Amino acid sequence: MTITATATTPPDPVLERRRAVQAAAAASLGRRKLGSRVALVVCWVFLGIAIVPLVAVVFYVVIKGLPAWSAAFFTHSTVPEGIPGGGVWNAIVGTMVITAIAVAVTVPLGLLVGLFLAESDGPIAAALRFTADVMTGVPSITIGIFGYIAIVRNYGYSGLAGSFAIGFIMLPVITRAGESAFRGVPRSLNEAALALGARKATIARRVVVPTALPGVITGVLLAVARGLGETAPLLLTIGGNQYLQWNPTKQLASLPTLIYNYSSQPYADLVQVAWGAALLLMAVCLVLSIGSRVLAARLRKERR
Amino acid sequence: MTEADARTTRTEDFVTVQPATPASEQGAVVMTLADVAVSFSGRTAVRDVTFDVHAGDVTALIGPSGSGKTTLLRALNRMHDTVRTARVTGTIRLGDLDVYAPSTDATLLRSRVGMVFQRPNPFPTMTIYENAVAGLRFNGIRKKALLDEAAESALIAAALWDSVKDRMSAHASTLSGGEQQRLCIARALAVEPEVLLMDEPTSALDPIATKRIEELVVELKDRVTIIIVTHNMQQAMRVSDQCAFLLMGGDKAGELIEFGPTAQLFSEPSDPRTLDYVNGRFG
Repeated sequence: MTITATATTPPDPVLERRRAVQAAAAASLGRRKLGSRVALVVCWVFLGIAIVPLVAVVFYVVIKGLPAWSAAFFTHSTVPEGIPGGGVWNAIVGTMVITAIAVAVTVPLGLLVGLFLAESDGPIAAALRFTADVMTGVPSITIGIFGYIAIVRNYGYSGLAGSFAIGFIMLPVITRAGESAFRGVPRSLNEAALALGARKATIARRVVVPTALPGVITGVLLAVARGLGETAPLLLTIGGNQYLQWNPTKQLASLPTLIYNYSSQPYADLVQVAWGAALLLMAVCLVLSIGSRVLAARLRKERR
Repeated sequence: MTEADARTTRTEDFVTVQPATPASEQGAVVMTLADVAVSFSGRTAVRDVTFDVHAGDVTALIGPSGSGKTTLLRALNRMHDTVRTARVTGTIRLGDLDVYAPSTDATLLRSRVGMVFQRPNPFPTMTIYENAVAGLRFNGIRKKALLDEAAESALIAAALWDSVKDRMSAHASTLSGGEQQRLCIARALAVEPEVLLMDEPTSALDPIATKRIEELVVELKDRVTIIIVTHNMQQAMRVSDQCAFLLMGGDKAGELIEFGPTAQLFSEPSDPRTLDYVNGRFG
């Protein structure tokens, strides 16, 4: 079977250029493939460089911290050095109480501000946005000093003072995460609701918030993880407590401050407890961030 | 065996009525598709596609949403390579080249099979000139004379030269939507591909800009073989010589219902479903 090109053959200059382009493309293929491979190798190397310290930290904390874990570790309060059988239950309780109060206040507040920022582009929104960005960048020790001067100097050390300081850390994170989640809701959905005669508040409640929920949940849980690990604000505000204390108006213990205090002790058993607490904190943060992702993915999937 | 005979045997499953051979069918076979199927994560999106594409023809892929037109089109220049879960089976040939053979380099293939997308997507950081020669530069061509010549020729062919020749260093974003799409066509043409794939190239354009693109498609036939996806049947009638009608089957996978000369497919199709579709009874 012979197939011959006919009247539809492209004009000569086109054919000539086609040959030139294809020849050049084929000739440079080796060089381009090499460049591509080199770039890929560089990416892998840098990925390795970035991952090694991360993995090392996780492994080191697990290896050092796991031996400290026991039933007593999670149920007993701290004991002085040399006495066996102590745990970190008081610090766990302290961290839970402090974080829970901070979350209860900052999540609604932060999300409402985030909603406002997403819906508004006026000067007030710009100022708020700028403030939130600056607050995100403020060193946490500064927040701690602020909490110390504003609360502790007037009312003494307390869990509430710690919640106040941690709230300041979490608020801008939640606000900005909320804003970007709400902004991710397509304008057309807003308009569809508007065209049905819905009011702004109704649209926010029935359309914008439900649609943005996966992003909101991710943002909130990441903010909580951030708040759990903050140390400096707590050092200056909660005062610490060797005993179990649930009352947030009293001095409380907390995991980050316990790690800070015990890790610099000359006693091996206290350093061991610090490693165990570090592992606990890391595990909780890991569960929170994986959980937030899984939850968000599941919510998104349900929609389809 | 003559060429016409060969085509008859190859396509008789789909075209039962053999019309007098139109002039455009005299072109050489550029691409062959045999039992082509595309699946994502094991779910078939389109299957049972067999037809030939001839040089100098405009081949239109028509069918309702979900019938796999775009999916099929993107299989032709291995755009699905970037999707991890995608699998293409069957045989696709460009001339003698097996498109999916392990030895086939996808980048070289794509320099021979160009593509224009639904929405105009000129590179926003590049000027009009840089956009026009982008493909050549990607393929390692640096010679200024060749770049200039190819850019001018492609822009003339895309009917854009007269309006941009004095502002070649302006950014592509300064062009209107229709002009941007013509720039994208010029960008694809500058590489002088043998086949140009067009994925609903007018779906984001107004009627005037659409008309210009359609005229362009017809004018470009001598230069490049065009395969165009369209959900607009009038457009398929106006621009195409051959037409493939795809339809979603009961298992949600698109399949080729009928392939044949456009005039015949629209006037006396062999499959009742084609008749229903081209008469606007559904889809």
